Amino acid sequence: MSNPPAQRRSLGVGRVLIVVYAILAIGATSRAVYQMAMYYSSHPSARLPIILSAVSGVIYILATVALIAPGRSWYRVAWVTISFELAGVLIIGTLSLVLPAIFAGPANVPDVADGTVWSSYGIGYVFIPVVLPILGMLWLRSRRAVVTGN
Amino acid sequence: MIEWYAVVEVAIAAAAGVLCVVLGLFRVKPGDLSMGAVALVEVLLLAQLVIAIVAPLVGNSPTGNLIEFYIYLIVALIIPLLAGVWALLERDRWATVVLGIACLTIAVMVVRMNIIWTVQTQ
Repeated sequence: MSNPPAQRRSLGVGRVLIVVYAILAIGATSRAVYQMAMYYSSHPSARLPIILSAVSGVIYILATVALIAPGRSWYRVAWVTISFELAGVLIIGTLSLVLPAIFAGPANVPDVADGTVWSSYGIGYVFIPVVLPILGMLWLRSRRAVVTGN
Repeated sequence: MIEWYAVVEVAIAAAAGVLCVVLGLFRVKPGDLSMGAVALVEVLLLAQLVIAIVAPLVGNSPTGNLIEFYIYLIVALIIPLLAGVWALLERDRWATVVLGIACLTIAVMVVRMNIIWTVQTQ
């Protein structure tokens, strides 16, 4: 709080980041809730993509909150969740290309057939899931002095 | 859902999105032009809601899942409102960029809505 103008300025750019995170959080979570309600019990082969959608949704919500909330511990939560996302999109993205049968979900259920937010490095979300954590890390690094200086 | 209307909606939302992002990057604060573009996108979505309600009554039923369609439509209706409110609260150039991102999101969501409405389930 010793330097509010600088903090406000950096939050300006960060606001764009927060909005994109919030949109992804809404997208992944609402999709997971819908898929879970419709297909979880009736389609066992859809369970893995549905669970992954739900996990990614929760992570995006946590990351959004951590980017907005002030303080050192939220700063740490932001690093953890954004790192988790990067790992998720890289690992699931690679696995979905190597082992498509496991992550694609049942072919006769088009709502799940696209897989998860992270499938094919987030191709269904115009690759935002793979670009966003990198931008998030750059922003967090630029804010380190502001946060730890308090 | 009406195919040509969806195409118009996507085109205008995408154009409004690019316009606002560019305005924001040129340090323009939210004003009549950017807020008007977002308002236009919201009005198009409201008309889309009316179309979605009326279409099945006149024989234009979706082949996809109507619940999923409405989840998208309701979220799409909320996004420009939130972006607009935020732009009024903190009027700096990043708010203009946020307005643009909201419009681009709507463009993508309308594409998805059209796919959901017309999907051929087995």
